[in-house]
Amino acid sequence: MSIINPPRARSPRPAYSPPSIAQSSLARVPQLDWILLLATAALLTLGTMLVWSATAERDVLTGGDSEAFLRRHLVNIAIGIVLAVLVAATDHRWVRILAPVVYAASLIGLVLVLVMGSTINGSRSWIIIAGMSIQPAEFAKLAVVVAMALVVAERTESSWKQREVGDLDVLGMLGIAALPAAMILLQPDLGTMLVLLATVFGVIAASGAPRRWLLGLGVAGVGAAAAAVRFGLLEDYQIDRFMAFTNPALDPRGAGYNTEQARIAIGNGGVFGQGLFDGSQTQSGFVPEQQTDFIFTVAGEELGLLGAGVVIALLGVLLWRALTIASQADDLFGRLAAAGIACWIGFQSFQNIGMCLGIMPVTGVPLPLVSHGGSAIFATMMAVGLLQTIHLRSQRSMGLGVAHSRRDRSRF
Amino acid sequence: MAMLPLDRLRDAGKKRVPTYTKGRLRLGVIQVLVITLFLTLFGRLWYLQVFSGDEYTAKAADQSVRDIVVQPARGLIVDDMGRPLVANRTSWVVTVDRTLLQKLEGRTQKRLLQRIADSVDKPYESIRAHIRICGEPKSQAGVCWNGSPYQPVPVAKDIPQQTALMIMEQNEDFPAVIVEAQSVRAYPAPYGINAAHLLGYLSPITESEMERAEEDGDESVHGASVVGRAGLEKEYDEYLRGFPGYKQVAVDSMGRVLGDSGEIEGQVGDTLVTSIDSRVQAVVEQQLAQTIKTARATVDTVTGRPYVADSGAAVVMEADTGRIVAMASQPTYEPDVWVGGIGPDELERLYSEEAGTPLLSRATQGQFAPGSTWKPFMTAGALRDGTYTQSSYLDCSSGFQVGNRVFKNYESGAYGSIGFQKALEVSCNTFFYRIGYNFWQKYGSDETDVDAKDPLVEIAKTFGFGSETGIDLPGEASGRIADRKWKLAYYESMKDYYCEVGEEPGDDFLHRFAREFCIEGYAYRAGDAVNFSIGQGDTLVTPLQLARGYAAIANGGTLYEPRVGKAIVSPEGEVIEEIEPSVQAELDIPGGDLDFIDEALQNVSRTGTMAWRLVDFPLDAVTLRAKTGSAEVYGKQSTSWVASYTKDYVVVMMVSQGGTGSGTSGPAIRTIYETLYGIDGDKVRSEDSAIPGVVPPTRLPVFAEDGSILPPSTKPGGDEE
Repeated sequence: MSIINPPRARSPRPAYSPPSIAQSSLARVPQLDWILLLATAALLTLGTMLVWSATAERDVLTGGDSEAFLRRHLVNIAIGIVLAVLVAATDHRWVRILAPVVYAASLIGLVLVLVMGSTINGSRSWIIIAGMSIQPAEFAKLAVVVAMALVVAERTESSWKQREVGDLDVLGMLGIAALPAAMILLQPDLGTMLVLLATVFGVIAASGAPRRWLLGLGVAGVGAAAAAVRFGLLEDYQIDRFMAFTNPALDPRGAGYNTEQARIAIGNGGVFGQGLFDGSQTQSGFVPEQQTDFIFTVAGEELGLLGAGVVIALLGVLLWRALTIASQADDLFGRLAAAGIACWIGFQSFQNIGMCLGIMPVTGVPLPLVSHGGSAIFATMMAVGLLQTIHLRSQRSMGLGVAHSRRDRSRF
Repeated sequence: MAMLPLDRLRDAGKKRVPTYTKGRLRLGVIQVLVITLFLTLFGRLWYLQVFSGDEYTAKAADQSVRDIVVQPARGLIVDDMGRPLVANRTSWVVTVDRTLLQKLEGRTQKRLLQRIADSVDKPYESIRAHIRICGEPKSQAGVCWNGSPYQPVPVAKDIPQQTALMIMEQNEDFPAVIVEAQSVRAYPAPYGINAAHLLGYLSPITESEMERAEEDGDESVHGASVVGRAGLEKEYDEYLRGFPGYKQVAVDSMGRVLGDSGEIEGQVGDTLVTSIDSRVQAVVEQQLAQTIKTARATVDTVTGRPYVADSGAAVVMEADTGRIVAMASQPTYEPDVWVGGIGPDELERLYSEEAGTPLLSRATQGQFAPGSTWKPFMTAGALRDGTYTQSSYLDCSSGFQVGNRVFKNYESGAYGSIGFQKALEVSCNTFFYRIGYNFWQKYGSDETDVDAKDPLVEIAKTFGFGSETGIDLPGEASGRIADRKWKLAYYESMKDYYCEVGEEPGDDFLHRFAREFCIEGYAYRAGDAVNFSIGQGDTLVTPLQLARGYAAIANGGTLYEPRVGKAIVSPEGEVIEEIEPSVQAELDIPGGDLDFIDEALQNVSRTGTMAWRLVDFPLDAVTLRAKTGSAEVYGKQSTSWVASYTKDYVVVMMVSQGGTGSGTSGPAIRTIYETLYGIDGDKVRSEDSAIPGVVPPTRLPVFAEDGSILPPSTKPGGDEE
């Protein structure tokens, strides 16, 4: 390993903090990030309860079995945990070897979706394999993050602290993201597209790429959106649907209805909520897609400001850990992967909750770790597993090189 | 970009910062961004749940709890014996929720409607047409839905219960379909009665009525209410309609009921007890119909054509109370055509002249010249004025000349010098012409003096003619006394028209009349006074007015406001309100004069114009007074009248364009009395009388605790329960 200069573990602002007194314990066995683990577990648990509550009375969905969704959700979580453990236990090197495979697999998945996918709610996002509906776009987000991190890391492996992340690196990363992005756009899955854009932007930013790239990408994004509207690439109804969160009358039967119902449900929750399984709007099924995209409204109505606040806080904790892991990562791959995951989960959470609260457009993205849906849970759990891998690795290397870390401090 | 200032800051140090460091700094920026975004979410969450929570809670309650109106049954209308005349039955209605229907796919929609059509045995197009909102393309007037698009639309009414249950059981095959049980009016028709004009009908409340009710804070009606539109249903609507209950039910987003969350109980409508007796009513209706049928088969000797007999009416009134025992009108219609909404064709028929405007109740709304039935009142007027006495004699010549016109007796008969009684008995016109002419000469030969005294007009007003009787039925006509004031008013309103017609060339009757009218149409001339004295000319009465006028003669001078309602009884059987006979006036007529007239009218039955119709009738046991009339109507066949009474009942029958009084209406009058008194041939069997005890019961039917209604107790003694 050529990496000899890991950052400090505990302090987020190492440049100004005094030397840690915990030096003596640095040699201990690497530990999992327990806070991340607990936050994840808490979100999964809350999510399970919310999914159950949202579906218990929906005979049309469940076919009369009030626990059908609960069971399926638990199975998904179990598979997700297995995947997360597998990823966490996978050696760093194997992650790098497997990353291209995951990337290629999700590309194939996206192609399959376009060729033989099922259309649900207006976008072709699912493929049905052996009775399971799989949403490759969910895996694609993880794959893009990992692959982008890998491209830069490979190119700068031996000399990354000496070498700038140059134009070629950025172009490489953009290239990696462009393929799946194009296919997601074709589905069309606007929500996932937005999340992917935010993630790509985050990864490029975190890589330390030149400022002009960030500026250029920002301008290009805004320009592309403006052009799409200006030159009629989008139908009026699509724009109306997108803007319905500002004025539900634009799409009263579709997104406007969702927006209005979501607000009513959340507003009905008050400070303490109506109680789990007792939300009148939730139990009566006024909010569509409530166990998936609008799961947050269940928390809002039944658990109130406190419960919904806890959901936001737990996601905040998760992101804080992800970003901390990113900044503590001792290699570029780890840092970019962790930062990408943070951007992905962060923006998706904001997009999802914001949509429920009526401050973001209605797009079909799930709330990470909370919404019902196998693909999303699997991908997110794998991401959490990956965060743990990165965390474990940076701890290991820390134990090897305390002196370097001290020397490096002067750099900040 | 939030990270730019940081970049700039760092660049300001002019020190080359490695990518590594740059990346870490940017991670910090991302962290700040995340915190900002999440704080935004918190803020928005707080805003929705705390700041505007109440508003959304209200919205939530509004859409998840629905007030369902539970309309309790409308009150019954029963007859004097407690027989239900109007009751309720359950009608199954299939409704379709348009909002839910539109959420289905086009093909599924079509399949669903087809399935409904098959189930209720109607063509698909009919179901489709019912669902279209009026104004939509392809919507058909009269069939299309003109209610709120958010309200379930009824597509099939009055379907068999089995079909209704089948649809309800196969709920999942019928999304957006709701089967409702509605309580609608039923007409048990005891003894086959029709009584359509008496009972009236219901129709849905109009928007303006609803608005008015809301303004007045009247909560007894709601958007889906039906309200009484005519007859007793309208008059006693506020008692009959009851009070709606409300059930609050939790509903889901599809409008399906999840469970009850509260109920405000409604109140079943009160029962209206009427003085109608179904047995009498049935006979009266049947007799009226038969009389008209017979008249139509009889050739009129004057015109040489069969009688048109376009309409008729009959009234049976209790003489001492003014209560209506039976009342019939022809042409009539089936009262249940209104149940569940009337079709446009049917409605048009009810109003059409061609069908004889069946909706019009001839008994209370039809106005006809009274003809000779007018004479008893004129007699009372002549005697009250003092110009004539009971022993006055006048010439009953075959004709009486006024100016250049000769007014003739019926069939030009002449009886020489006779008294009032004989004049009534033989219905002598010239006798009364003389009286009318005398009064005109004596008090009002000035044709322009509208205030001139006229004892005959006064007596007509005394007996309540020319104004409404005040019966408890809506829409009553006032009749008309063609006096001087009326004539002037009529002239004022018509002179422009007739003067214009008069200027046209032409020498036929219309043009001659028009010219004359234009010049002096206001003048109340001797001819008008003469016509008035025998109930001809422009004077009009309703059969009901005539009946209560005769009732006043029968009961010694009390003019009643006729009543059909007898009592309001709560659903539990408690009497809420007794509707007492209402005296409108005690007439200022000497009792001796009434007895004098009464005697004369007895003679009409025994030896006068009615006698030939009462051969072998037990007149000694049932003293019948009668007066016949055949009113001439310009351009039409004569109106047949018989007004009659005993000490108990007044019976009046009228057939428009029906012929002579006794000739056409006589047999029916006889049959009605036979029914009332249980007369079989020349024998009176009181036990066979239509109403037990012959006279209408004073007590109310007995409302048993089990809900059944029994005839009034006839046990003697004790008015207590």
